[in-house]
Amino acid sequence: MRVTRDLYADLAWLLPAPEDFRARRRALMADDATQVGAGVQALARHALNATQLTQLAETIAAAQARGADLAPLAPFTLGLVGNGTLDLIAPALVASAARHGVALRVVTAPYGQVIQEALNPHSAVNAAKPDAVLLALDHRGAPLSADLASAEASVKEAIGYINALKENFKANAGAPCIVQTIAAPAEALFGSFDRRLAAAQRAAIDAFNRALASGETGSDDILLDVAGLAETVGLARWHSPSEWNLAKLPFSSTYLALYADHVGRLIGAMRGKARKCLILDLDNTCWGGVIGDDGLDGIRIAEGDAEGEAFRDVQRTALALRARGVVLAVSSKNNDEVARAAFREHPEMILRESHIAVFQANWNDKATNIKAIAEELNLGLDAMAFLDDNPVERGLVRAFLPQVAVPELPEDPALYARTLTAAGYFEAIAFSEEDRKRAGFYEDNAKRAALASAVGSLDDYLASLDMEISFAPFDQKGRERIAQLINKSNQFNLTTRRYTEAEVAAFEADPACFTLQIRLADKFGDNGMISVILCKAQGDAWEIDTWLMSCRVLGRKVEQMALRELMLHARAQGVARLIGRYIPTARNGMVKDHYETLGFVKQADGARAGETTWAIATDAETPAAAPMRVVRVGALNDALPQAAE
Amino acid sequence: MSDVYDKLTSLLQDVFDDDDIVATPDLAAADVDGWDSLAHVRVILAVEKAFNVKFKAAEINVMKNVGDLANSISAKLAGG
Repeated sequence: MRVTRDLYADLAWLLPAPEDFRARRRALMADDATQVGAGVQALARHALNATQLTQLAETIAAAQARGADLAPLAPFTLGLVGNGTLDLIAPALVASAARHGVALRVVTAPYGQVIQEALNPHSAVNAAKPDAVLLALDHRGAPLSADLASAEASVKEAIGYINALKENFKANAGAPCIVQTIAAPAEALFGSFDRRLAAAQRAAIDAFNRALASGETGSDDILLDVAGLAETVGLARWHSPSEWNLAKLPFSSTYLALYADHVGRLIGAMRGKARKCLILDLDNTCWGGVIGDDGLDGIRIAEGDAEGEAFRDVQRTALALRARGVVLAVSSKNNDEVARAAFREHPEMILRESHIAVFQANWNDKATNIKAIAEELNLGLDAMAFLDDNPVERGLVRAFLPQVAVPELPEDPALYARTLTAAGYFEAIAFSEEDRKRAGFYEDNAKRAALASAVGSLDDYLASLDMEISFAPFDQKGRERIAQLINKSNQFNLTTRRYTEAEVAAFEADPACFTLQIRLADKFGDNGMISVILCKAQGDAWEIDTWLMSCRVLGRKVEQMALRELMLHARAQGVARLIGRYIPTARNGMVKDHYETLGFVKQADGARAGETTWAIATDAETPAAAPMRVVRVGALNDALPQAAE
Repeated sequence: MSDVYDKLTSLLQDVFDDDDIVATPDLAAADVDGWDSLAHVRVILAVEKAFNVKFKAAEINVMKNVGDLANSISAKLAGG
């Protein structure tokens, strides 16, 4: 189902552009368009191709020209000088800056005019009084000689040239410069020796980049590490001789969106728009497995274990971010005690409770929890990034809290940490002692935030998931999975009765048993079997012997649909009542009120402490149908006439 | 071949944000509002990406209209 996207060239942490991109951007072009800033930013949050970047830039320029309010985007004027075709690059910068909270205006120097633009106080760039000037120079423009006789000497000249540009833009435009490191050409002269020989171009470029990075050109300039970017994707891919020859593109157009996003990050960071807090999901994001079901010993987080190492990388990355001042929080659908136990007791965990500023482990929807975290930390939602392996949770947070950055994640957890860092949410232009200590400022470590009011009705979001629920009786095909769920589900499990595969097979054939295996599919894919119910006939009633569900589909109204299905079948078979039982364990506190929530009436306390019995008449009103298609398989389809729905 | 023209129509409509453009063999840059030298580079790069082909400068230099472009694409897709 998933199309393979290249992490860097396709900005794969962003959702692909929406189908209605052109219609939406046209609507924003209208003279009477409102909330243009938010609308532009919503489009910019997708991965856009060169055409779309150009069109979005036109939309922003048109809004600026008619004086439209672009809030919450912060205005910024960028001077752009360089030795390539800047007109191909400028629109991509404008559109990408919107992704990072900036309404950018770019003033471009005429082709090839660099030092002239800096020296002339009335040049377009100087006259615009920009907030910064981007010196988009590559090895050809710095210039760094490829000639053995002059390469070494050209380093000093190039640094002098950059300094002259900087001083003049400072004097004439009053603006700092964004200076670029230089990506070495892929073509070697000697081979490996190029790196060692000071007279070779590669060594000269190394020396230039070192000088630039170490601040020899002055302290108030800002560094754009183009060399690092090119190394990340590969020099041979970064440089395209054909495209340079065709259009004087200083790097391959494949990476235009990536380059522009990096410029956008820097400008966003200059305007204080970089994110400050990383919120982590736990199950299958920070460790492999579901701790509520697999247990403390069952999660995969061990050093040396191929699966565990992937999650250790996520934890290491989070901890390293904390060390540079990024606040960490947790939002997990879990029992609080169970989730904290991993942080307190698991010997292989890298993250500890003391690293987490706010720890939200409960069964509420994540949008509500993230809002609570933001309020507790007194940070804006636009300062948050949220890492979660589950596309439904990601979609929900995006739908309700669009300001929160939510990276798409690849199938393989080994790439989670790389994807998170590639997204560049925490770009910084400086690092101070205060940053180093910031995470420690949040002294009440791992506190639980009071729940904010719920973010709103989830029904529209659920409807957008295009869900299909399918009911089937226990059968030979599902037997193994049914037995597995019966034996490993701990949290959403009303009675925690365990049965062997042979016993499950016996239920299939027993006329006194009514059984359901439930599957759920949605637009993100097939979740497989997510719930199992077993009823046993008792006189005119069915006693619900087993009712369990995967926590992955909590909040999707699967329970309501399951009860509806049970009641319809019970009615059709002349059964008067359903009887439910809750048997408490150390793990299943989350379903204590399950039957009450579904409208059952309490009958009696059971023999054991905390055990309760519940009943509902089958002629009571069924729960309302949730927004999902219902499919009945096999005998269930014959048993219920279509009219029952 | 009609596939190539269909795809070019949709690509040109996207690049020039104009749903009335139809890629025909005779269509030339001069016929389309905004198809200047910069837009030409955008079109070429978008075509290369959409069809997963690469053009040599010598090929681009002799293209006079969409027909030449489509022929070149078809030849490359056919392995020529």
